[in-house]
Amino acid sequence: MKHAGGYIADSRIRAIEWLPWAFALLCYYAAPSYLSLGSYILTMILFALSLDLILGYGGIITLGHSAYFGTGAYVAGIVAVRLTGEPLVGLLAGALAAGVLGLVTGMIILRTRGLALLMLTLAITSVCFEVANKATSLTGGADGLGGFSLLPILGLFRFDMFGKTAYLYCLAILFASWWLVRKLVYSPFGASLTGVRENNLRMHAVGAPVYQRLVASYTISATLAGLAGALLTQTTQFVGLNALGFQLSGELIVMLVLGGVGRIYGAFVGPLVYLVLQDYLAKRFPEYWYFGIGAMLVLVVLFARGGILGIIDAGILRLRRKS
Amino acid sequence: MHAALETRGLCKNFGALTVAEQIDFRLEAGARHALIGPNGAGKTTFINMLSGRFAPSSGQILLAGEDVTALGQVARVKRGLARTFQISMLFKNATVVDNVAFAVAERAGVAWRMLRPARAYREVVDESMALLETLGLTQDARLRVAELSYGKQRLVEIAIALGLRPRVLLLDEPAAGVPTSESQRILEVLDALPEEIAILIIEHDMDLVFRFATRITVLAQGKVLIAGTPAEIAADKEVHEIYLGERHA
Ligand SMILES: Nc1ncnc2c1ncn2[C@@H]1O[C@H](COP(=O)(O)OP(=O)(O)OP(=O)(O)O)[C@@H](O)[C@H]1O
Ligand SMILES: [Mg+2]
Repeated sequence: MKHAGGYIADSRIRAIEWLPWAFALLCYYAAPSYLSLGSYILTMILFALSLDLILGYGGIITLGHSAYFGTGAYVAGIVAVRLTGEPLVGLLAGALAAGVLGLVTGMIILRTRGLALLMLTLAITSVCFEVANKATSLTGGADGLGGFSLLPILGLFRFDMFGKTAYLYCLAILFASWWLVRKLVYSPFGASLTGVRENNLRMHAVGAPVYQRLVASYTISATLAGLAGALLTQTTQFVGLNALGFQLSGELIVMLVLGGVGRIYGAFVGPLVYLVLQDYLAKRFPEYWYFGIGAMLVLVVLFARGGILGIIDAGILRLRRKS
Repeated sequence: MHAALETRGLCKNFGALTVAEQIDFRLEAGARHALIGPNGAGKTTFINMLSGRFAPSSGQILLAGEDVTALGQVARVKRGLARTFQISMLFKNATVVDNVAFAVAERAGVAWRMLRPARAYREVVDESMALLETLGLTQDARLRVAELSYGKQRLVEIAIALGLRPRVLLLDEPAAGVPTSESQRILEVLDALPEEIAILIIEHDMDLVFRFATRITVLAQGKVLIAGTPAEIAADKEVHEIYLGERHA
């Protein structure tokens, strides 16, 4: 597996790393009728990126990441309903709330490992789900929270009915987050997370405060997940209980595994392929589309543990060997 | 003068099994000390207690005179205690230089840094590379550890511990499982370790033990059987019976 980062890795941005951004901008001009799907994909890429930080680097397996996504989503919605329609305030509030929740829950669950940890992540999501379900006055319960309107971003950019502003807004937030995650991954901190994933016991033996490292990465990851959740609320002007469900956590893992875990760009490729395919299959074969997704995942897990990017890596390697 | 490392009445039970019984032990500053004993004698368990991986059932551990019994691994590493593992404990999918750099970065206190790239910490990279050079691993620095021969992996095992700049180094069978063609290199490395480091080595190879150590402690069934100079140990009848005899028979 090819993980980015470490003490001899060149951290400068390579030309090919601009490709996703060029592609995203191209889509903006070339496919104006798909911008809302595009915004959703960008949001899920951000969510997958947050998971990659703890799963791909820290080696923490979680089925509860939607707890932080949902928290960000609900807080952004509540801020819009009760406080202010300024998007950046809602965004920051959502990210902050998710980060605090990540810190508190991380301190509890990261004392455990393996199956116990997995169960605890599920438990946290269930609790969050129930809270959102019961606190109807705040969250709208099963009906969800909608009917709020947002002010122009920074008073300048108004959300339009074609989703143009929303798309560029998502793109800008994703870009900033990518830049941050990339910095982290290439930093000594990121390298130490790789050490924890590769050999937790040895990391202790070289004097690394493993638990604190994991809590820190978990908090950062939760913050980014909250950011993604807040984006979803703001771009769809609605938030419902599914933002907190297990299904979303599961789908997220599927997307990341599909793209490739622990390599930053797997989080880009996975959601893109998964959601575009889902959109296509759902239109063509409304009854069977899940079958197609499932088959694809089985193939990836059986034959390409590195995901789509792993397949591409192997292909390039083979071509080089031949020439 | 305090011993570099000392235990007083150290005991360890795993349930009904007693693996360490009233171990009084001194590792002097700058010592070359070997811990020998038959399989299952409790040697690795002893090191696990010294390094803080296991808490003893009772007794005390003193590092340079300070009672560290209640301290965890991280705190002991900070105080200059490092160890290697009998069964390699490496970062298999990381590069060789990263394996060492992870340790160097922790010791240098830069492992929390988040904003500058790891590569920009020249002092960490240079120190790791210098260590690899003294172990003859310069050529392998960029390979993944999993790609190295087992003998070289054992050298990386030592390099990681040296990256912590220890004052006390605990080596658990550094040459175990290495073919003789490669174990020579490990011997050279051990001989070249800085004198001021106090070294405790667990080893089954008696040639290596008698060449390297100036003091030997024999452990059997969790108890210190005898401690003394190599000459004293070689002359001891009981040692021959329960350990040397059995091995050389
Ligand atoms: N975590 C543990 N739980 C229970 N029993 C253990 C544990 N670790 C070691 N033991 C037992 O303690 C005894 C001593 O084991 P230890 O590994 O310390 O021996 P050793 O002297 O290092 O042997 P070797 O020369 O084979 O490495 C053995 O009987 C072993 O089975
Ligand atoms: Mg042992």
